[in-house]
Amino acid sequence: MGNTKDSQGKLWEVFVQKKPGQPFVHCGNLHAFDKEMALQNARDLYTRRGEGTALWVVPSDAIVASSPEDIGPFFEPANDKVFRHPTFYNVPEGVKHM
Amino acid sequence: MTKQEALFKYCLRLADTSLILAQRNGEWCGHGPFLEEDLALTNISLDLLGQANSIFQYASQVEGKGRTEDQLAFHRNEREFYNTLIVEQLNGDYAKTILRQFLCDAFDFYFYSELVKSKDETLSAIAAKSLKEITYHFRHSSSWVERLGDGTDESHNRIQNALNELWRFTGEMFEMNEVDSVLIKEGIAVDLAAIQTKWESKVKEILERATLKIPSTAFMQRGSREGKHTEHLGYILAEMQSLPRALPDAKW
Repeated sequence: MGNTKDSQGKLWEVFVQKKPGQPFVHCGNLHAFDKEMALQNARDLYTRRGEGTALWVVPSDAIVASSPEDIGPFFEPANDKVFRHPTFYNVPEGVKHM
Repeated sequence: MTKQEALFKYCLRLADTSLILAQRNGEWCGHGPFLEEDLALTNISLDLLGQANSIFQYASQVEGKGRTEDQLAFHRNEREFYNTLIVEQLNGDYAKTILRQFLCDAFDFYFYSELVKSKDETLSAIAAKSLKEITYHFRHSSSWVERLGDGTDESHNRIQNALNELWRFTGEMFEMNEVDSVLIKEGIAVDLAAIQTKWESKVKEILERATLKIPSTAFMQRGSREGKHTEHLGYILAEMQSLPRALPDAKW
């Protein structure tokens, strides 16, 4: 094969679900040339020690990500809006199970 | 031939085949075409080594002469090995390694699916455990065969050459002798004639999808059932056995 360009395939992101019903959690990435190979490589690289019962592989270029410059406009406005947290509100007396 | 002798030889045949294939694939460790595939193949080798280990342990128990699984693996000579000829063939390029794995996986898949029904409880339990691993190996190797066969001109030529070279070693995988007849009578061994048709139709189906042609030559190389091997086995054993033979009491 040699070190030619694209000798390892494209990049895929791997998400593992530990148990049915739980969220799929990102655990890393890998190289593969097609979907089936990506899935098999994910199985070999990330679930060898019983880490999961289901897998997602997604082409890395299909993921749209925010950039570091977005931190201000995207996330900081939430910091001074404490009323968005349930703990902001006083629970009226007599209300149970909230 | 007593049932015990037959069972011992039967176990050696299965364990030796897994052991030598594991050893051969293991040669790719650190040399795979890319990181992910390097790990995939060494993973498969480790599965095969585990299967060999379980069957050697059982063989040791069946023989009852106090030889351990390590003694069976490392202190027998070439003519006492009963692995199929195909597994000892040189790795060649990755296409040849994958094609050999594919032909063996297809055999193992049908073989162990039947061995699960064996009246021998130990073999049946080992088969059930191995079958899950083998099902995955088969999926991995078949997808590579299709990918390479139906890929570029170069990948197609490489895997077609591999098929031309290796096909003649597939006949003896289904050969039966006294070992088989003694154990089939007891409901222990698998009737290889019965799985040959399944193997052929599945292999043909996948090779066709991969646009590969089965060579028309009728010649089939045989010999492993009598411990007769190609020149390659001696070299594998020399490498694999040198350490335990030089230092018989060495411990990890």
